[in-house]
Amino acid sequence: MSPDELKEIAQTETEAHDKFEHHLNVCMAAGCLSARADQVKDALEKEVKAKGLEHRCQVKGVGCMGLCAAGPLVQSERDGTLYKEVKAEDAAPLVENLGKKPLKKLQCRTDVPFFQKQEKIVLENSGIIDPERIEDYIRVGGYTALAKVLTEMSPGQVTDEMIKSGLRGRGGAGFPTGLKWSTVAKAQNGQKYVVCNADEGDPGAFMDRSVLESDPHRVLEGLAIAAYAVGAQQGYIYVRAEYPLAVERLNTAIRQARRRGLLGNGICGTTFNFDLEVRLGAGAFVCGEETALLASIEGKRGTPRPRPPYPAEHGLWDSPTLINNVETFANVAPIILRGGAWFAGIGTEKSKGTKVFALAGRIHNTGLIEVPMGTTLREIIFEIGGGIPGGKEFKAVQTGGPSGGCIPAQHLDVAVDYDSLKELGSIMGSGGMIVMDDTSDMVDVARYFMEFCMTESCGKCVPCRVGTAQLHNMLLKIGAGQATRADIALMEELCDLVRNTSLCGLGQTAPNPVLSTLRYFREEYEKHLAEEVV
Amino acid sequence: MTTVSRVKTLKIDGQDLSGREDETILEVAAENGLSIPTLCHLDGLTEVGACRLCLVELKGSPRLLPACTTHVQEGMEISTDSERLRKYRRMILELLFTERNHVCSICVSNGHCELQKLAHSVGMDHVRYPYLYPKQPVDASHERFTIDHNRCILCTRCVRVCDEVEGAHTWDLVGRGLNTRVISDLAQPWGESPSCTSCGKCVNLCPTGALSAKRVAEMNKKPQFLAHLTVMRERKR
Repeated sequence: MSPDELKEIAQTETEAHDKFEHHLNVCMAAGCLSARADQVKDALEKEVKAKGLEHRCQVKGVGCMGLCAAGPLVQSERDGTLYKEVKAEDAAPLVENLGKKPLKKLQCRTDVPFFQKQEKIVLENSGIIDPERIEDYIRVGGYTALAKVLTEMSPGQVTDEMIKSGLRGRGGAGFPTGLKWSTVAKAQNGQKYVVCNADEGDPGAFMDRSVLESDPHRVLEGLAIAAYAVGAQQGYIYVRAEYPLAVERLNTAIRQARRRGLLGNGICGTTFNFDLEVRLGAGAFVCGEETALLASIEGKRGTPRPRPPYPAEHGLWDSPTLINNVETFANVAPIILRGGAWFAGIGTEKSKGTKVFALAGRIHNTGLIEVPMGTTLREIIFEIGGGIPGGKEFKAVQTGGPSGGCIPAQHLDVAVDYDSLKELGSIMGSGGMIVMDDTSDMVDVARYFMEFCMTESCGKCVPCRVGTAQLHNMLLKIGAGQATRADIALMEELCDLVRNTSLCGLGQTAPNPVLSTLRYFREEYEKHLAEEVV
Repeated sequence: MTTVSRVKTLKIDGQDLSGREDETILEVAAENGLSIPTLCHLDGLTEVGACRLCLVELKGSPRLLPACTTHVQEGMEISTDSERLRKYRRMILELLFTERNHVCSICVSNGHCELQKLAHSVGMDHVRYPYLYPKQPVDASHERFTIDHNRCILCTRCVRVCDEVEGAHTWDLVGRGLNTRVISDLAQPWGESPSCTSCGKCVNLCPTGALSAKRVAEMNKKPQFLAHLTVMRERKR
């Protein structure tokens, strides 16, 4: 596939697309599907056929439109009208109404902050293209970044562009992506690998899942560009098996890309060879940790090993390996096309670009959003998220999953970036945000996350294996009103041990939910204490 | 490619020392008579860095480093003993003692147990956390040996020696977190294991009473064979 052929496909596709007067895009990502978007799509197709409109109106399955709370969502592309909570029986009036005024009953307003305040880079194609057709991705400019890289840029130029962009790893730790790429590029070894970490496991997080279900080719393109930059010929995507739809769409995308010559040997008519394989995670959270993930790909037990050596030097089968998260790879193509400087112009001083967040918990607009780094928590939760339902008070937002912490109301005006969240005792993490109202008991929140870490600990190192279990016991004891002040001191001491002596990130960050709730909601712990016997 | 190992100079506990760059802090310390507490480490087996007892402080680094897996670097200033490290070591041992049943008085390894000795040496004389006492099985199906999972601390010495030295790979791990357990072959009774050669290496390297020989009241293990084997193999090479 040469750049000219890409252009040709894009043109044919655009023409085919423009032939239709109307386009009804039905969200076919996991959220809307679970609300039976598939039935809606079938009904719409039948209705269009029954009315003899099949040459004027296209019904298309697309990816996530973001407002999962109001699914199934259907969007009329011509005027941008969005319909929410559509049922199969709504198909007739919807088709009837095409080209007329929007149906008031089902219309979802798009002039609200949820849609207006977002800035989409990673999700720019989500909800617009059909994730199961490579041609639709090519229509909106897909794979031109790969073609550009292969025909016009040297690997060094690609890495330079990534460094210039200031992109930091979206998996949670925020390591500078360009630096990682250049480290792997410099490593001396014939065999190198690129790996995409799609083992998203934080409770309440579904960013990577949405990206894979809505725009899988974007991730493949990012991986291929990375492989070219670091000198790898083989890549792996490690996806958890609990994401069957994402796996299916990824496999479809890989098959299509191979058929179109965008994966395999001699990509874009150059000498660059690159192929990809999907590997499934068998349900262990710890396999999101990079060394455990690599062990799992190698077919071994998924347990972390001490770093250094880092995967950039000793990775898969001891070869230098570049490992990035789904969202990181999804940022690559636009950076190449629009330039690192453009990307660096978005966001805050130390955190560039945008970030995808999954809003969950006690919040009106449950769903997926993308905002520039530096947006405040208040804007995210109260404007975009629409605030707390049921007239309840906001209490805290939990970011970063079991490695993160709870941020209380007094810090709502903090501009979200890697460093500001860390200062608050939480972390950016992969982008899960669980909003809690005043009915949440913070001791129980901490206990929940500790239980998660305890059951997900791989069992290799002592502080994490036994420490998390003992911390969980202490939180149970506090919750049951049987603990004393001395127990809290003992718990804080144990948190310090687990944080400083555990082998991998899972253990090192496991105490964070306890420490952050102790920092902001200590009085709740004290309220639970048993009366002390003097 | 020739492999030339450069020599680095560093400070451990105030002493100026030197070590090859492929040596770990633990090895260099041991050569110079400085002992760092360990449980999962054994000379002759690959390092796993799992017990976290050998963590040391590096000047200028907020992170503690496992001495068994950290290679020496020029100018390192290492401290292997401090109030903080002693406290952490005591606490890690406390956690181990609460995890499973480690009642010394009725254990076959009483008096010859590495866990017991370590606890004694770091002054861990009581535990402040509740005993978890999970229900763990005892497998006495092997003709000569017994595995009592209640005494196991998951150091994986048995797993490694069986794989790396004996070459049988009878032992491995199953489950995660507190439910992690050593298994023989595909979790079948040890006595029915087709891969076990009954060599007894695992039994002699087990630091506690988890693996023991039958018909002995007091198990005095002989782990020295591993050092001999390692030396002999290297010489042959």
